[in-house]
Amino acid sequence: MPVSLLEDSSLLAVNVGASSTRAVLFDVVEGQYRFIASGQAPSTAEAPYKDVTLGVYQAIENLQRITGKTLLDQNSQLIAPVQNDGTGVDAFAATLSAGPTLRAVVVGLLSEVSLQSAQRLAETAYLQVIETFGLNDTRKPDEQIDAVLRARPDVIILTGGTDGGASRSVQKIIESIGLACYLMPEEKRPAILFAGNRSLADSVKGSLGKLTPSLHFSPNVRPSLDTEDLGPASRELAQVLSDVRKRQMPGVDQLAAWTGGRILPTAYAEGRIIRLLSQMNGANRGILGVDIGTTAAVVAAGFNGKLTLGVYPQFGLGENLPGLLGYAELEDIMRWLPLDIAPSVVRDYLYQRSLYPGTIPATKEDHAIGHAITRQVLYLALREARRSFPSEARLVKKDLMPLFEPILAGGGALSDAPTPGQSLLLLLDALQPVGITSIIIDQNNLLPLLGAAAESNQLLPVQVLESGAFLSLGTIVSVISSASYGQPVLRARLTYEDGTEARAEVKFGGLEILPLAMGQTARLSLQPLQRSDVGNGSGRNAAVQVAGGVMGVVIDARGRPLTLPDDAVRRRELLKKWLWSVGG
Amino acid sequence: MLAPVNHILPLTTIERERVLPVSGNVIAKLNQNVSSTDLIAEATWSREHLLIDVARALGISANAADRLIRVKVKEKVSEGTEIAVGKGMGSRTIRAPREGRVVAVGAGQVLIETGDASIQLRAGIPGTIVHIIPNRGARIRTVGSLIQGTWGNGRIETGLLFNLAEGPADVLTASRLDVSLRGAIILAGLIRDAETLRTAAELPVRGLILSSISPGLLPTAQQMRFPILAIDGFGQIPMNSAAYKLLTTNAKRDVTINAEAFNRYTGARPEIIIPLPVSQEPPLPTDVSTLETGQTVRLRRAPHTGEIGTLVKLHPGLSSLPSGLRAPAGDVKLENGEQILVPLVNLEIVG
Repeated sequence: MPVSLLEDSSLLAVNVGASSTRAVLFDVVEGQYRFIASGQAPSTAEAPYKDVTLGVYQAIENLQRITGKTLLDQNSQLIAPVQNDGTGVDAFAATLSAGPTLRAVVVGLLSEVSLQSAQRLAETAYLQVIETFGLNDTRKPDEQIDAVLRARPDVIILTGGTDGGASRSVQKIIESIGLACYLMPEEKRPAILFAGNRSLADSVKGSLGKLTPSLHFSPNVRPSLDTEDLGPASRELAQVLSDVRKRQMPGVDQLAAWTGGRILPTAYAEGRIIRLLSQMNGANRGILGVDIGTTAAVVAAGFNGKLTLGVYPQFGLGENLPGLLGYAELEDIMRWLPLDIAPSVVRDYLYQRSLYPGTIPATKEDHAIGHAITRQVLYLALREARRSFPSEARLVKKDLMPLFEPILAGGGALSDAPTPGQSLLLLLDALQPVGITSIIIDQNNLLPLLGAAAESNQLLPVQVLESGAFLSLGTIVSVISSASYGQPVLRARLTYEDGTEARAEVKFGGLEILPLAMGQTARLSLQPLQRSDVGNGSGRNAAVQVAGGVMGVVIDARGRPLTLPDDAVRRRELLKKWLWSVGG
Repeated sequence: MLAPVNHILPLTTIERERVLPVSGNVIAKLNQNVSSTDLIAEATWSREHLLIDVARALGISANAADRLIRVKVKEKVSEGTEIAVGKGMGSRTIRAPREGRVVAVGAGQVLIETGDASIQLRAGIPGTIVHIIPNRGARIRTVGSLIQGTWGNGRIETGLLFNLAEGPADVLTASRLDVSLRGAIILAGLIRDAETLRTAAELPVRGLILSSISPGLLPTAQQMRFPILAIDGFGQIPMNSAAYKLLTTNAKRDVTINAEAFNRYTGARPEIIIPLPVSQEPPLPTDVSTLETGQTVRLRRAPHTGEIGTLVKLHPGLSSLPSGLRAPAGDVKLENGEQILVPLVNLEIVG
């Protein structure tokens, strides 16, 4: 029973993650869309359940208990639209991140042009690129066929050739891909997305149409040599992934039917909402969304309405965790630990956690290890994503983060932190923002659901975002300085609406908090010392109106990039001190 | 709340699918009794393909080349077999460069698969064939003890179980392995060095059952030609008492270790099966159950990872944990009498 989204109506949105499934109800309250409540349950995509709908029903049942509203009928079918007795919802949306990382083969022509675009396109989805083919590939066609067979792809992305440009080389590679598909058992044939020279579309349809269960076309990712346009292809790739999941994971087809066939990958939906916010934000600064989940780390950055989306399954906190040691040394994780824990314990943790990603830390030590790993994966994911940030992103200093306002953070590891201070410190350590920015926690993991809702209802996400459904941690001032530890680097004065003031002289290496409650605003005047920089230039003062949050105004004078002491004892003491500074 | 069930069962009916990774020929017959080493299916698998571009070689169009190609799909070819012969004086003959089988002909090209490797699928567990999966394998039913683990090196073997673990946390060293253990499946506790694994391979043993395995030993364990199975995970975790008791009471019996890799999506898990004679088949175990007080549970995360206890209380709402998190939780009474608060998602039911 497909349900279409109508404005001014209630919406039930479900996110099926690898560990948790959340059901969220949005409804119109006093003429405005509001987040009403969410219900949560362990996800059931994996064995022994092997049916995502079990977790969905449990999450909706929990939501029904919380709201007192009946959403499912006696046969566990969604009641839609809202009935006369008030039961049911008007619309349904769903996002999905559960499921194994999909294996991809990408095809392009020039390695610096279409092949690079194809790889960047693959990076916008839950894909691991196993094999690439380009013009410089010296393998013979039969070797290419064997390479595709060995790759066992779930998805093949075909690009290459500018529109109306070269076609012969692309066709030759497509022939090899077709022969490889022909040799695969039907049930194992990959879905294929063609996003290359559009004049080849008919030829691709003719050669591959009968050799894949799912053939998709999108506008060229490289319509000309100097133009890259990933947006439409990324949207089509989201559909490809949903098709693969429908075949691969029981229950996804039913969920898709409730949405009218448009279930979205969670990361894609998150990217969409960040792009929307970026369009509203204007050209001055970027907007950053990060999400650390069991399946992947997702970095979505919007610059002047353009989205850079990076999905990194290798940095997910679930089954791929042991692979993290291929990207980082154990010491890189250990450096974030405020407790004296043996390296072997951390190493064992990575492997043991990969067995049971849905479990949660019960002890302080276990929690500390988890947060140390989260810091490292977020740090790595952002470093990876920065390579794709556009050149117009405003930088205060080369090799540091661009200026963002605001930073939105979600995912179980962040939204479930025991205190807001711990969430804040984790984000400051991993992201190392610069200048003046606000940090907002998506504690109910609403962003992807709002992205899914935006598919048909642009009003709902905008009103919910403005409604206070998110947890504002406050305003962060990051100080760049070359001063020595303990030297004063900033004088700050916060003038409240009632005229009273709070002042602080902040020393290098410290964290300082000026109280400013959520919902309040104040005037913040900053006087950098020692030629320090708060985003306005070296030694230049700043005066801005700032918004409060649960942490108030936080001045992070630990320097950028953040450097930790080599001595383990001193480093742990410092980490503990910083933790106390933000309330433990 | 639903919870997964970890099977540690003294007597149950076990049904397992054994399938080829590629399509092949199923040899086993329905209702046939098989031993663990009996062949039930086989397949040949081509490791390489050769694409012969006849049109290009003869310098003619694809359509013209198609008319000259002399081999057909599924035809076997030997090295030197004529694939196509050109027309006219001094025309070229295109020959198969290697032995193989034609898999596709068209567009002026011939695709040959070559380098056949054969795959032989053995029953793995003794039992009765209860279902034939066409071209892929069979479902086998047996009755006995079942102990599931968390990590395996992908091998499968049957042999006599020999207990070298004096306790659930016992450490097996190379010096304790002697020639009397040749061909045995050894119940050990922990192994701390690769030398012990290599000594076990030299004997050779038929299998190793460990409580847990250090991540540093995984590359060596993967290379061993005998199955290695870790019951409780990674690191230095003692074997859970339920598995230890069941395994030690079955010493000197024939056991099968299927050290299949853990796959969270298919549900494949490494496991130990100990066939036992019965007059009446017990029921099949359930894989999912609802958490209830009185159940035997296993802890999946620190503290007390792998330990067995009894769920004595389910707390309403959310409980505050020592980590600072709040989550649905229950009280678990461990075997040493200690009672601890555990988040429900960290539990699995033993049964």
